[in-house]
Amino acid sequence: MNTPRRSPLRSERRGDPEKTSGTFVGMPAFPEAASEALLDPQLRHNLSHATGTIRAKRSNVVAELPEWEDLRLAGAAVKDATLRSLDTHLLRLEEQLTANGATVHWARDAAEACAIVAEVARSHGADEVVKVKSMATQEIGLNEALEAEGIAAWETDLAELIVQLGDDLPSHILVPAIHRNRAEIREIFRTRMAAAGRPAPDDLTDDPAALAGAARAHLREKFLRAKVAVSGANFAVAETGTLVVVESEGNGRMCLTLPEVLVSVVGIEKVLPTWASLDPMLRLLPRSSTGERMNPYTSTWSGVTPGDGPREVHVVLLDNGRTNALADQVGRQALRCIRCSACLNVCPVYERTGGHAYGSVYPGPIGAILNPLLKGVGNDPQTDSLPYASSLCGACFEVCPVRIDIPEVLVHLRSQVVDAHRGDRRPSGESLAMKGAAYTFSDARRLERAEKASSLAGRVLERFGRTRLPGGRAAAGRLPGPGAAWTGARDLPAPPRESFRAWWRRTSGGTSGGRSGGTP
Amino acid sequence: MSAREEILARVRAALANVDDSVAPEEVPVPAGRPAGDDLVDRFLERVADYRAVVKTCTARGLAKAVRDALPEGARVVVPARLGIDVPGAVVDDGLTAADLDACDAVVTAARIGIAETGTIVLDHGDDQGRRAISLVPDLHVCVVRRDQVVADVPDAVALLDPARPLTWISGPSATSDIELDRVEGVHGPRTLHVLLVR
Repeated sequence: MNTPRRSPLRSERRGDPEKTSGTFVGMPAFPEAASEALLDPQLRHNLSHATGTIRAKRSNVVAELPEWEDLRLAGAAVKDATLRSLDTHLLRLEEQLTANGATVHWARDAAEACAIVAEVARSHGADEVVKVKSMATQEIGLNEALEAEGIAAWETDLAELIVQLGDDLPSHILVPAIHRNRAEIREIFRTRMAAAGRPAPDDLTDDPAALAGAARAHLREKFLRAKVAVSGANFAVAETGTLVVVESEGNGRMCLTLPEVLVSVVGIEKVLPTWASLDPMLRLLPRSSTGERMNPYTSTWSGVTPGDGPREVHVVLLDNGRTNALADQVGRQALRCIRCSACLNVCPVYERTGGHAYGSVYPGPIGAILNPLLKGVGNDPQTDSLPYASSLCGACFEVCPVRIDIPEVLVHLRSQVVDAHRGDRRPSGESLAMKGAAYTFSDARRLERAEKASSLAGRVLERFGRTRLPGGRAAAGRLPGPGAAWTGARDLPAPPRESFRAWWRRTSGGTSGGRSGGTP
Repeated sequence: MSAREEILARVRAALANVDDSVAPEEVPVPAGRPAGDDLVDRFLERVADYRAVVKTCTARGLAKAVRDALPEGARVVVPARLGIDVPGAVVDDGLTAADLDACDAVVTAARIGIAETGTIVLDHGDDQGRRAISLVPDLHVCVVRRDQVVADVPDAVALLDPARPLTWISGPSATSDIELDRVEGVHGPRTLHVLLVR
């Protein structure tokens, strides 16, 4: 293959493809995006291989800890207790950070947060920043915002680098390039690295170690010269004013240590009350995330340390919809999320569609609840489609280290989506069907007529229908008209030839014999 | 209203329906693994699991063990008060990042070792140096004393001082970003050499 494979989903971007990744703006709703993704056999192969690997690693290291279930309870309780008095903890965090020499900023939304980061970079005359992988900065579209200000934002996490160089979109929380295999990554490095800095070596193979080596050489010059770094934080300890970054490659340490100025964009839900409360989190996160007893590097810092690391430390506390989620009594548990991505790796839907179909930097089961909670439902069909992107099998809840009951929140959000569309000028097929059902079921004679029609349909299908379910029952393959969407991926079993009430009348309540007129 | 005031007001409004009179349920954090007789062996085994180089030595043999860990002719940087004689080593007195990039190896002490997870924690005291020196060179030789090894993460969190910058190190730099297979050696030291002083 000569050119990097592009997701069929992402919209082509103009401008400088070497510098920024695409955006999720204008993505189709989940069902449409998912059907496109399912047509890509390479994508499905890459995903099934990668998620299978990580599932096995996770279950091995989780099985080492007999106290795992108690740890999950403790992790959930710590986050819940903190969220209950979030205002108090945020003020404490601000006070401690300030006392430690950091500058604290507050940002209501993405635009405000991006403006703060750009201003810090500009005030130091920086035309580039190095970035630690961070979901918060992706969520606010920081790279694009900085680019618009003439500041290049270099992603330094290997997977983020692959996505950025490939002018691609992230598809996984932990491994944004999970949809790419080694051959594709080699191709991206060979064709795109030179335009962004040090080129890939001519003899680059698709051996993962060689690819990692190419990334090391490519980024080293950027680490050594960068004046400003941007990070997120996995945790922010209120009691001590400490930020924590959990990572693997050392790119985080480079960014947190070498530049003179460090700006960290931290969602307000990342706060932990005490230093001691970090303990259960550091036991839960690595095993859930990369399936390791501990990740290679965890850095903690409390403001500025004279003679060691950045001389100027900024922290941007970001809302951007988190207070919407907090106000939802069922949904607020989603703010416990520590972004481990275990729910993605076990999800049968994610494993088949990949992350792009979710149309957001937060894909998978957690994305299906987090996006509607942050953005609100009823405004955009893409967001409204996400709570339905699940079979409600519950595997996500089983693996969640902080016990977010994702299926519960999905069902809750589905009801919110339905409620939000009650007053729509053009009612949906579903709401018409529900109205029709209510009308029919509210009157015995109407129900009887409907039953007669349904048993007639059953007889017709039994005789002429070509689709058979396992066991031999006839089914409607694909309905015409409004039923087409529903039957597109499902078989509708043929209705029984006789309703229960008809059977009861005919057999005097089952006492006078006679074969059932229903399913054979 | 400033962003700060507005966010705090939104948080308070969002929590208005929380009943403060009912305290949240106290959920105990489970204890970590107990120390046990095999504490140090478990530590060594788990560090080795990350494909770090693991050696043990006596206090008297330490200087020689450090020299043996360094390749011939390697340019070595050490923190101001390492307390181990490393012939030819450059003592860090605020070297630039480029200077550090020209070094092949670094020798540091550590603050704590965690047996359960095979983790070494640096708190960047005088025998460990500032964060950059144990990051930029490609080989990190880290000396851990037997009495520094604790059993599990809760023991470490209780001992560490959050006012200091901390670096938790579990094996050499690694990534799982290519097909979720672990590959050692990205931006941090590609070789971690742990010397346990028995």
